[in-house]
Amino acid sequence: MNAVVEQVTVERPPSLIRQALKLRRTQIGITIATLIAVISILGPFVAPFGSTEFVDSPNLMSVPGTVFGTDYFGQDVFSRFLFGGRSILLLALAATSIGIVLGTTLGLIAAYNRGRLDEVIMRTLDVILSFPQVLLSLLVISMFGPSNLLIILTVGLSTTPRIARIIRGAAVPVVERDFIAAAEALGESRRRVIFAEVLPNVTSSLLVEVNLRLTYSIGGIASLAFLGFTPNPNSANWGLMIQENRVALTEQPWGVVLPTVALALLTIGTGLIGDGLSRVSAGIDRGGKGE
Amino acid sequence: MKGYIARFLVKRLALGLATLFVVSLLIFLITQALPSDPAEAMLGREATPEALAALRAQFGLDKPVYQQYFNWLGGVFTGDLGESFATMMPVKDLIAPRIGASFFLLLLAAAGSIPISIVIGSYAALKRDKKFDTSSSMATLILAALPEFVVGTVLTVLFATTVVQWLPAVTYLAPGEPPWSDMAGLTLPVLTLVISVTPYVARVMRAAMVEVLESDYIEMARLKGMDERTVLWRHAIPNGIGPSLQVIALNLAYLAGGVIIVERLFNYPGLGTALADAVRSRDMPVVQFLTLLIATVYVVTNLLADIGTVLVTPRLRTRLK
Repeated sequence: MNAVVEQVTVERPPSLIRQALKLRRTQIGITIATLIAVISILGPFVAPFGSTEFVDSPNLMSVPGTVFGTDYFGQDVFSRFLFGGRSILLLALAATSIGIVLGTTLGLIAAYNRGRLDEVIMRTLDVILSFPQVLLSLLVISMFGPSNLLIILTVGLSTTPRIARIIRGAAVPVVERDFIAAAEALGESRRRVIFAEVLPNVTSSLLVEVNLRLTYSIGGIASLAFLGFTPNPNSANWGLMIQENRVALTEQPWGVVLPTVALALLTIGTGLIGDGLSRVSAGIDRGGKGE
Repeated sequence: MKGYIARFLVKRLALGLATLFVVSLLIFLITQALPSDPAEAMLGREATPEALAALRAQFGLDKPVYQQYFNWLGGVFTGDLGESFATMMPVKDLIAPRIGASFFLLLLAAAGSIPISIVIGSYAALKRDKKFDTSSSMATLILAALPEFVVGTVLTVLFATTVVQWLPAVTYLAPGEPPWSDMAGLTLPVLTLVISVTPYVARVMRAAMVEVLESDYIEMARLKGMDERTVLWRHAIPNGIGPSLQVIALNLAYLAGGVIIVERLFNYPGLGTALADAVRSRDMPVVQFLTLLIATVYVVTNLLADIGTVLVTPRLRTRLK
């Protein structure tokens, strides 16, 4: 079975990615996003101070030994900046993965079975869709507090219906094609038809959606941190840094400017990659947020 | 009204109501799954059993779960929303003054973003692949990727604190003051919402107009020798009304979520700030009601847009038969 999956999946995505790589916007997107991702992942290893280390008086612009001075609490702005991207990036990747796995599975099942099961799945997902943006996360956090697991699950869950809709839409015409009927006639199991026959034919929609959802998951998770909902209230986190240092913006702008620029570049980078992929896969512009 | 349209309306409304019912149930169940007793959380571990029982009775926490749910839902309809855990004030008195403030913010943001996005989207579709289209497409792509609080922070740095100090960085409203008494303070929150929502809607509008302009009837009108202005105003724009209703609904629905972050960013005393505060202090009655309220606005706007789009678009209307 594995052999079949590999054989079919290697066929289309590389050409889509290769085509997208020829576009200037994809190249720029990859460069920017990689730069910020590298800072997020390697930053903690090269930070001159600890993420919660006290360095000098609060909100100083020039402190010997620091690059950007101290923050609202007398910690090194640059070190906190270097520490502050990792959790956002990792949580966003985890949340997007959950949304992709759940959304793709449900969308494929709905498209393959149609009828009542399709209705039930899509109407149930509409309920989740009734919670705009971070509302579902806020509801759950209000009960259990902001743990990493809950943030991943709620953000992943709120991207699920959007992915399911796209995958279902792409899979419905595939399901009606002859080779699916042929596979069924050969006695392939439903699971195998869905994942080995239908799935490889919707990978371009999926690839575009992965990028779009990653962009909004980064935004959503950073927004939660900005609202003050991080597992550790003093952890270094770009969203939280903006909130904390906002009060002293006139005296010490770096504490706000650095994380803002990093988040902007990261989301613009992933957004550009997604746009490059969608241009190649569909040849038309797609909408942005929401559906 | 024709039978098939009535049938569609009834079906769509029933679906909307069913969705809202399940949403309310979900909100209630999540807020019921307390890891700890709210009465104990409020009074602390040393509270006497009598005090805990009295507090549970006060908030109706001693009743069975299904009865609590129907009491709550009944209260939502009669305006009796219970008391806030954090302030002991009736939830109604806590929320009521903020509804107007948030509504005013949304109204200004919608009034700004709807015309701007329709104009940008239509014009880009008209000038397809020309300079305006490619540059506006790049600009909307970049802006659509940014989270609201990043947009708002950039605006604050540019216009309120670091670069120039033309506008206040926070809104200041004394209790009881109407939101329009601080228009300068409203500028940045409104601008943030407009910038966050316009790119998205402009892109949807462009796609819809591209489709309209490529259709056979527009081709036909052009081939007849009709001048471009008449083609646009008599044929393209009327058919773009359907999509633009969707656009307006998307706008409003999106803004209903966006206010949570933007209000907090500018300390604007609306529903979003109230929700963020209530989540932090685990003030369940307030969280329950506000999530239901925001979800309802979202569902109803989408419902109205769906119905409106089908009713004004001849092509979709005939498909109902």
